[in-house]
This record gives sequence, C-alpha cells and structure tokens, in this order.
Amino acid sequence: MAEIALAGVKKRYGETQVVHGIDVEIADGEFVVIVGPSGCGKSTLLRMVAGLEEISEGSISIAGRVVNDLEPKERDIAMVFQNYALYPHMSVFDNMAYGLKIAGTPKAEIEERVGRAARMLELEALLTRKPRQLSGGQRQRVAMGRAIVRDPAAFLFDEPLSNLDAKLRVQMRLEIKQLQKDLGTTSLYVTHDQVEAMTLADRLIVMNAGVAEQIASPMQVYEHPESVFVAGFIGSPAMNFLPGRVAQDGGSLEIRGGTARRAEALAISGQAGRELLIGVRPEHLQPVPETEADLFLDLRLVETLGADTLAHGSLPDTKSTDGATKDIFTVRLPGSVQVSAGERLALRVAPGALHLFDPDSGHRIADL
Amino acid sequence: MVERRPITTFITHAVLLLGVLILAFPIWVTFVASTHAPSALASGVVPLWPGDLFLENYSLALGKGLAASGGVPVGRMLFNSLIMALAIAIGKIAISLIAAYAIVYFRFPFRMLCFWTIFVTLMLPVEVRILPTFEVVAQLGMLNSYVGLSVPLIASATATFLFRQFFLTVPDELAEAARIDGAGPLRFFRDILLPLSRTNIAALFVILFIYGWNQYLWPLLITTDESFYTIVMGIQRMVTVADAEPQWHLVMATAMLAMLPPVVVVVAMQRLFVKGLVETEK
Ligand SMILES: Nc1ncnc2c1ncn2[C@@H]1O[C@H](COP(=O)(O)OP(=O)(O)O)[C@@H](O)[C@H]1O
Ligand SMILES: [Mg+2]
Repeated sequence: MAEIALAGVKKRYGETQVVHGIDVEIADGEFVVIVGPSGCGKSTLLRMVAGLEEISEGSISIAGRVVNDLEPKERDIAMVFQNYALYPHMSVFDNMAYGLKIAGTPKAEIEERVGRAARMLELEALLTRKPRQLSGGQRQRVAMGRAIVRDPAAFLFDEPLSNLDAKLRVQMRLEIKQLQKDLGTTSLYVTHDQVEAMTLADRLIVMNAGVAEQIASPMQVYEHPESVFVAGFIGSPAMNFLPGRVAQDGGSLEIRGGTARRAEALAISGQAGRELLIGVRPEHLQPVPETEADLFLDLRLVETLGADTLAHGSLPDTKSTDGATKDIFTVRLPGSVQVSAGERLALRVAPGALHLFDPDSGHRIADL
Repeated sequence: MVERRPITTFITHAVLLLGVLILAFPIWVTFVASTHAPSALASGVVPLWPGDLFLENYSLALGKGLAASGGVPVGRMLFNSLIMALAIAIGKIAISLIAAYAIVYFRFPFRMLCFWTIFVTLMLPVEVRILPTFEVVAQLGMLNSYVGLSVPLIASATATFLFRQFFLTVPDELAEAARIDGAGPLRFFRDILLPLSRTNIAALFVILFIYGWNQYLWPLLITTDESFYTIVMGIQRMVTVADAEPQWHLVMATAMLAMLPPVVVVVAMQRLFVKGLVETEK
C-alpha cells in the first residue's frame, strides 16, 4: 500500500510564495498527472514530495508515514528527471544498480533485478554502454530502469518526455503508461503538455500560479472545467470564449447583443441580465442551415489537417472593433467539409457544450 | 585553411619551422655542450655537433655532482625536486577539490566570503608573501625539510577556482539523483564528482607538477642543507661558483636532466591533458 497524501502543502522562497496550499490524496497504484503552464509550481510541488525541497507548510505522507523531515532516500520513492540525470561515467548497468549498491543489496540480487528491469525495457543489449552512447529514447529508458529496479512505493516524473522528439514522445508515453499499469506503482507525473496529461492520467491536478484549479479525471476536467483557466488550458485547439448575458426573459442566453440566441431552460433562470463568460469548444460546433444556427462565423483562415479542418474567424459584430486577431473564434470541422476564407458559416452548438463562467471570479456556473 | 595554394602552404610551413628552430636551438646547444669535454667549451666557440663524452659527463653529474659547488649529486637533487613537485601537485589538487566541493555543494554561513577570500588570493604571487611565510616556516622548525619545501606552496586559489567552475557545470539533477539513490555527500563526491573531474585533474596535475618542479626562490630561501637542494636552484649554484670556471659541460648535463621529468609527465599525460582542456565529459 503506497498512497500519497498532501495536506495544505505550501512553498515559500523567502517572501514569494510559489505553492499556495495543495490538498490531494492519491490512491495506491493511481497515476496522477500535475499539469499547468511553465512556472506554475509543478516541479516545486513534485520536488517537495521527493524531498529535494523543504516543505514550508503543510504535510506530505507516503504510505501513511509523514515524510516532511525524511531524506529522499528514506521516502522510498524514485524519480525520473527531464534531462535523465544519468551518471555519465557509469555504464547502463551501473547506473541502474547504483541505488541498490548503496543500499547494500547482495550482488546476485542486484544482477537479477537490473536484469529483469532491462528485459522489461529492452535494454539488455545496452547494459555495458555509457549514457553518451545512447539515443535520447534509450537514455529515457535507462532513467526509467533506474527507477524501476529500486521497486519504490512511488514513481515521480518531472517532464520526462520533454527532451524527446514528437514521435518518440508519443511512443514513450505509451510505454510509460503500460509500465505503470503492469507494475501498479503509485505515480505522480509533472508535465506542461495537456495531451500528455490527458492520455496518461487517471486523475489530473490542473495547476495555475501555485493553486490547484481542479483535481479530477481527464474526462471530468474536459467536460466540466471548474474555471476559465482550466477550460482554456485543457483541450486543443483551446476553448472559445465569448462575453454574454442572461436575457431579460431569464430563460435564454444572449451572446454579444443577440448575434446568437439559444432558448433553453437555464439553471440560472431568474438571474436576468447577469453577465457571463460563455465557453464553447471548437469541436462542439456543427455547420447547419442558416435557419437553425446559433452562431455565424466570418472565416478568415482555414487550416486543413486531413482528418480535421480548423476554421478560424470572428463573429460578425465583433470583427469591426479593432479588426485584429484578438477575438479569434475557432471551429473544428470534419475534414470532409469544404470551407474557405471569406465565407460566412452558420453553426450550431452541440447540446450540453456551452460552459458558463462568472466573468469576475472565473468560476464555473453551469454547463448547457 | 581558406586557401590551399602551394605558396601559402610553403609560407605556413616556413613560419612553423622557424618557430621550432628558435625554440629548439638553445636546447640543442645545451645537449651538445653536455657531451663535450670542458676544454671544448672554454675555448669560446660552441661546437654544433655532439661530442663523445655523453656517458662520462652524465654519470659524473648524476653520481658525484660538482665538487666545486658543494658536490651534491644531481641524482639527489632530482629526487628532491620530484618529491617537492609531486607533493605540491597532489596536495594542491586534493585541497582544491575539497574546497571547491564545499563551496559549490554546501550552504554554510559565510560561504561567499570564503569563496571571495580564496579568490582574492589569486592575485597574490608567492613572492609577495614569501617573507612572512618564511618566518612562519622557520618558527615551526620546517626549514630544510620536505614539508617545508612543499606545504607552504600547496594552498591554491587557481585550482580551487577551476574546480569550482567545473562543478558548477555539473547538472544539479545529478546530485539530486544521487541523493535519491541514497548517496551521502562523501559517497557522491567519491563515486560521481571525482570520476567526472578525472580529465580536469589530469590537466591540472601536469600544470601544477611543472609549477612545483620550477620553484626556484622558495627552495633557495629555506634550504641550507645540501641534501635538500632541488635541481632548479642547484643549477644556479653551479654557475655562480667562487674562484673557479663553471664546469659548463656538467652544468649543461644537469640542465638536460632537469628538463626531463616535466617532459615525461607531459608526454605521459598528454592525451588526458588535452582532453581535460578542450572537452568536458557530461
Ligand atoms: N530556488 C528558487 N528560488 C526562488 N524562486 C524559485 C526557486 N525555484 C523555483 N522558483 C520559482 O517558483 C516558481 C515555480 O517554479 P517551478 O516549480 O519550477 O515551475 P514549473 O511549473 O515550470 O515546474 C517559478 O516562478 C520559479 O521562478
Ligand atoms: Mg518544471
């Protein structure tokens, strides 16, 4: 049993606070991904779990034991770094065996465990090589191997795939996921890449400026983002945002002075006139005949990706203000739909795909 | 090269050859002179080809020394120089490594003050502090001893600074990975940092060995006992003999012998030395 519990964890560097109190409980065997933009404190949080940074406030426990004052080696964790941090002068075997050697593991057992990890990661032919004789992907595997042989209570990953090229990244992503499933080891994984986060995680911690904006499963985060930040950060291309308000009749929604209207029973009925920020994902809009349209879009740029086509444009009455790309609105259409710049597109929002946020606090109000 | 015309090739080679000649000629003269009888050199015209007294002159120098200059055998002086140069080189490297490790990897009060103090002493050549140092060494009774010859020269700001710069280029993650692997500070130093510094150590060893070997003023000051004379100061004593012609053939033989060990060190460690200066293994 190796659950990890964070309670009110904060981090201060002198005056500046970079982590503002994180509470989360990670179950045994769970794969949790911390995702957020660069500089939001993800690494700092992970390093506090690892014992590489002091915890300013709050407590962290691993397998039911508070580890605040324990050295990294006493925490029973293994960490994989972005630049792999392999010992350059040691062979692959020695790199993987180093931790066991220090722990005084008998030689035969070291060989057996390193051998098993090497088989699992297909590193057997490379055991005598030095790190500089390996490709990026192979180094990544050795770093994984070094973590595996220790058989720790938890794996900690800090952007382990960032130094790989796109193709290898996808492949290693799958391998990590598979490996974690096979071993069933509790894992905490840091990344700024939302695709990586969505694909790997059992549960996501979406961080922004030292705060956990939402902690939930990837689908939950995608379908019911708790804040404007989460809504905009998760999903690619990013969600479109429009200012709007509840109509005076209280039962419909006005988007930009009546450009589009959508009469439905609103969870916020009775709040006539309330200002809103309305979010809709590019993939939740379908081209329809004009009479059925919720929205019209004047296309300015079309990107064909093959399977999909991304159409960028602006709503008719928002274009004039400064004409710039500020209010770009994006739609993802099936590749089979033929559109071109200059066209006006009539669109309908899929049911339940409108996300309403409070424009001041950024918090979620409802999904329609 | 940008161009490859025969004339440019010729000129570059000519310049190189000229440079080699200018550097090598004095050494050649020294070697030639060391193989002739004293009379051949006293006549004023220096011969340009080796004579036939190579073995005699060198065995005389190595074994008996020059009677006129106190008769210290060159072999003895070579041995003294070797001890001093090795002690200085190894001592400097050992102390600098440890000092740089402390400065880079540990946070202790006045850390930066320590660093800057060390750094400032870079600007003080041995000669500036030579009299106070002499006084201290004399008070400690270390005159005429190997300890006195080497210890005062061991503290090294340069080497400490170089190792500090090298340690700073070692990624932090390496230290962190080692910490997670359970390596304590000493273990990390021994298992990771030392092996990574190997080429730097080799390069510094060459430089510091030659530095130690070439020490002149310091041994001159603190040794009065002939059995602690070093080779570089010994040569000087041979030339300034009172009431007699310097025995040039033996002086030259001694000079040749004095040159040998640094050459051996450089040649033996050349590969590591060049590697240490140009590349870092990371
Ligand atoms: N040693 C430090 N001293 C002061 N500020 C730091 C230190 N380390 C990180 N920070 C700051 O903490 C914030 C979070 O850093 P980090 O956790 O590395 O972000 P990321 O989410 O990109 O991993 C950043 O704004 C960074 O500038
Ligand atoms: Mg980071």
